[in-house]
Amino acid sequence: MNSFPSSSRSIVADGLTRKFGDRIAVDNVSFTVDGGEVFGFLGPNGAGKSTTARMLTGFIPVTTGKALIAGYDIAERPSTARRHIGVVPEEANVYADLTVWQNVMLMAELHGVAKANRDTRGKAMLESFDLATRAGQKGRQLSKGLRQRLMLCMALVSEPEILFLDEPTSGLDVASARLIREVITKMNRERGMTVFITTHNMDEADQLCHRVAIIDKGILAAIDTPAALRSRVESQRSVEVRFRESTVKQEDVLSYPGSRVVMIANGFRVFGSEPGRMAQEIAAKATTLGLHIESINTLAPTLEEVFVSITGGLHGNG
Amino acid sequence: MVTADSAMDEFLWQVRVTWVVAKKNVMVYYLKPPVLTFGVIFPLFFYLAFAAGHKAPVEVMVPGIVAMALFFTASAVGPLITPWERQAKTYERLVTSPASLSAILAGDILAGMTFGVVLSLVPLAAALVLTSAQIAQPLPLLAGLVLGALAFSGLGVLLAAPATEGPSQVMMLSNLVRLPLIFVSGVFVPLAEMPAWGQWLSPLSPLSYCADLVRVGFGGEPYFSFAVDLMALLGFTALFIVVAHYFHRKTRDRVV
Repeated sequence: MNSFPSSSRSIVADGLTRKFGDRIAVDNVSFTVDGGEVFGFLGPNGAGKSTTARMLTGFIPVTTGKALIAGYDIAERPSTARRHIGVVPEEANVYADLTVWQNVMLMAELHGVAKANRDTRGKAMLESFDLATRAGQKGRQLSKGLRQRLMLCMALVSEPEILFLDEPTSGLDVASARLIREVITKMNRERGMTVFITTHNMDEADQLCHRVAIIDKGILAAIDTPAALRSRVESQRSVEVRFRESTVKQEDVLSYPGSRVVMIANGFRVFGSEPGRMAQEIAAKATTLGLHIESINTLAPTLEEVFVSITGGLHGNG
Repeated sequence: MVTADSAMDEFLWQVRVTWVVAKKNVMVYYLKPPVLTFGVIFPLFFYLAFAAGHKAPVEVMVPGIVAMALFFTASAVGPLITPWERQAKTYERLVTSPASLSAILAGDILAGMTFGVVLSLVPLAAALVLTSAQIAQPLPLLAGLVLGALAFSGLGVLLAAPATEGPSQVMMLSNLVRLPLIFVSGVFVPLAEMPAWGQWLSPLSPLSYCADLVRVGFGGEPYFSFAVDLMALLGFTALFIVVAHYFHRKTRDRVV
């Protein structure tokens, strides 16, 4: 993704801590998000992503710490701070008994969009999300994907400076997820909108975000650009090789002590620090043994591997 | 820093948002055929079931029905709005919008109050057309309807505060609180004719003051003075709103 137009700080989290009884859900988390930045907040289920987002939007109070949104303290001036944000929570929360149009207009009115602009903006939003033909349908009549699109319309109709998205494409079909990602990118590039996005989808984070933070067990474990995070795990570079034969044994072609091997369909993925040399050796050995290589590629570490490396990758779905 | 200008801007913003929330409530929760029907039919039949065995005169019966209709309608939906919104997760949408908790609650109260006043006009109009009842003093009647609706709607919003996602639990609590109030408020029997324990309990119910004003509006004898009725209804309203705000805030901060 292109670099963002850096401006003032849109979001400041300063020592955010939230306790539920004796359990610390978020522990002393601090970060800043610049204006025009798309900021990904990643973590396993139960790591504290949504709790952090909910503290930032003022849905739940912080136990200790401070959150500034567009320069306003969310605890001291919540209403003023919220005039600058749009929120798309994880669970669909459109009004089931209102039509698509009424839902969008409700949010426009709550956010003080001038009457003269409401219709124009509302129609533009519905067009952007391919919902114009469904303006008269009730919220309850929409599929999950359409409800998610409607929620984005509702969040964006006020043209907020900052958009909070909690798992925006979770469980959506490919077309809906792609449409949502495209609109988010467009809003960010054309309007300089700041986006705070929590997600499990590492490809999505890699694709959308200028920077990502990884939270684990309530503690901020890493924060950087996706490229910089990937460079932290260069040892996770790999070679992926697929054979035409389905019965090739690992020991036939691979002999790299200390390397990690993952079996894939008709082949292997071998992790090591010198994937180019490994690829050459594998190809040479396959030729000697008369095996037919269908494809062989060297791969850079993915954000998912960074994530697994930092979080251990074995946390439960709590 | 909050300047005077920004404080005024914030106040006006929240007044506007109150109206938006009330409008939303009317569209989503009030303008439903079952709610409208229930609002008129239930208090009417409830009253008639009692009055049938008592041969109540028109001047007792009509103010009683009007006051009961107002009480039931203004406080009927308010207790359920927040639990419904929590259940549908739309509560998070409201709380993360620029609407303050005060504006959200004020919107709930405004919608309930409007609904109560409008629906109580149905039995009132029917009584004027079908019986010999006449409006003798419009001001007490108007004050009774408006301030009564305000207090009852405030009570409804207070009843919505407990931390539950189940509207049925709130419904039980609501009936547990509202039904006993009817019997000590001079709706069925004028307060002056109630037994001593009833007369002792009646000042504790906002319905007593509302029914008193409505009765005076139809030419009946007052039990409390006009000023006491007004002050009591305003006092109950203030109490309900302050306590409701306190508990709604606690519940909002606790429930995630």
